[in-house]
Amino acid sequence: MTSHSSERTAPLKAVVGFFDNPEDIMTGMKTVRAANFEQFDAYTPFPVHGLDEVQGLKKSWIPWVTLALGMSGTSIAFVMQYWMSHEWPHIIGGKPFNSWPAFVPIMFELTILLAGISTFVALLISCGFPNIKKKIFDPSITNNKFAIAIEEPVKAKSGFKLFSESEAIQVLKTAGAKDVRAVIQEGWFS
Amino acid sequence: MATTAEVLVTGGKTYNDINEDVARPLESFPTKKWWICFSVALVFLCVGLASWTKEFTTGIGVWGLNHPGGWGTDITNFVFWVGIGHAGTLISAILFLFRQKWRTGINRSAEAMTIFAVICALLVVLTHTGRPWYAAFWLLPYPNQRQLWVNFRSPLLWDVFAVSTYFTISLIFWFVGLVPDLASIRDRATNKIRKTIYTILSLGWRGSNKNWLHYETAYMLFAGLSTPLVLSVHSVVSFDFAVSQLPGWHTTIFPPYFVAGAIFSGFAMVVTLLVIMREMFGFKNYITLDHLEKMNKVILGTGMIVGYAYACEFFIAWYSGSPFERGAFLNRMFGPYWWSYWIMVSCNVLSPQIFWFRSMRRNIGVMFVISLYVNIGMYFERFVIIVTSLHRDFLPSSWDMYVPTFWEWGIFVGTLGVFFTLFLLFVRFLPAIAMGEVKSVMPSPKEGGHHS
Repeated sequence: MTSHSSERTAPLKAVVGFFDNPEDIMTGMKTVRAANFEQFDAYTPFPVHGLDEVQGLKKSWIPWVTLALGMSGTSIAFVMQYWMSHEWPHIIGGKPFNSWPAFVPIMFELTILLAGISTFVALLISCGFPNIKKKIFDPSITNNKFAIAIEEPVKAKSGFKLFSESEAIQVLKTAGAKDVRAVIQEGWFS
Repeated sequence: MATTAEVLVTGGKTYNDINEDVARPLESFPTKKWWICFSVALVFLCVGLASWTKEFTTGIGVWGLNHPGGWGTDITNFVFWVGIGHAGTLISAILFLFRQKWRTGINRSAEAMTIFAVICALLVVLTHTGRPWYAAFWLLPYPNQRQLWVNFRSPLLWDVFAVSTYFTISLIFWFVGLVPDLASIRDRATNKIRKTIYTILSLGWRGSNKNWLHYETAYMLFAGLSTPLVLSVHSVVSFDFAVSQLPGWHTTIFPPYFVAGAIFSGFAMVVTLLVIMREMFGFKNYITLDHLEKMNKVILGTGMIVGYAYACEFFIAWYSGSPFERGAFLNRMFGPYWWSYWIMVSCNVLSPQIFWFRSMRRNIGVMFVISLYVNIGMYFERFVIIVTSLHRDFLPSSWDMYVPTFWEWGIFVGTLGVFFTLFLLFVRFLPAIAMGEVKSVMPSPKEGGHHS
């Protein structure tokens, strides 16, 4: 296993443990988290409520993007309508050029449009989509199995337990996983 | 959690059964029933293509529009289709915010219906300009050499922004909801080409909890954004009428009245489609009689809001003391278009009253017929509002009749073709039930006892 410069080319290792139901993965996750590995995550067919806290995940930052871009949409819509109404001044219904109440519907629509599109883009970025490099560990994860994977980090950080296959297998077995496998992280099209 | 008494999925299904059942129509050759429906839809589509070709090559003179009836079935079609779309957003967004778990069985197909209905609305409204290839220049503010801008004080322009935003956001919301289910279909695929296509569509989703965290946050934000959006869209559509001075259009009740009517008509269309879909694909354990009964209750409730709005409009017309307002409303009831008014009242106000009886709410045949009545009634509601108000306004010298021509009805048939063709392709290629969401409201195999 050689590495040129700092880039790693050898495939990363991971150990995956499978559970049958949401309750077992919750209790299992407590054990895995206590083992203090650097990189571990749950893989589930649907979001298991409460697992985020057990796993120690922070809240998503997406709402801040939605708020910022939503507010930009409101302002852009107002400035656009105000400026264009002055740029080509027409008296319509005897109203002043800056008849702002008439601008409200489009201000609202652009708020939603920009907030929605930016939320989608933020979702793609936060999840690393489209994801080509990391293939799903097992097809049953999108069906009926709940998995916890302890993964080998690209570059080990201090303060965490160093990744070792045998230790990870041991931790997952203690956590109550029914089936534990050592795997290699593949890409979707490789 | 599993302690709730409500049973949302019947038949003792396991997680794996859901994948099997939902993926079956995607993985097998379409049934004879599907081909029959698809052929009929394609015939309708061809009628529409012929009518649109006639319109583009000859001009909108092939329609019955003239002074004073400048709007006819074109705008009726538009309002009809936008309205139908609203039920999908209500089910996917508003019921999500209210934590209505029963939405999970029906939200995917209802959202698909929204997208296809809005496509029909956009098609109708773009082609009614006569030369739709110029429409982008007329409708959108874009920098141009003559420094001309669109009129932001016009409700018609608000409509451009409202409907295009609605389409974009609904499409994103629907696609985001589909991603985990597309991954399920991908992971079942055995054919290489099929696997590649679904891998790309699923964006490489792998069920990571770190992804679910962001996903769920974004999903809730989409629901939060769609809720005021859907209320705004039909309000803005109603402004097209309410902001004018015409008796019969110039009423402040229009925005809530239009929104209630939109939900009413949309739920009827959802019932029509689901009754066929659950029969055709064997989804009876996921779209249960309880689901349909709840929708019928919504139809009954919104139908009475619509009925109240009709009564209120009449009262205000009388109470206003304006002879033009009174004349417009009497003309609706007893004028030359009396039949369209009474079709509207009998279909929208009278027919849903049968849903007061529990046995009727749970009867497939009855609800299918009533849902068709409501669709017809809501089409005529828009026809009544548009045509009867326009054909007789203030001066009797400018009164005239509007009679739709063959080509106008052809376009309406064409939009039905577009709608059903897209819906049938949807049930053939995409998971029609939100598998991940249904699993999340089922009892866990640990507590429920059904080991997978």
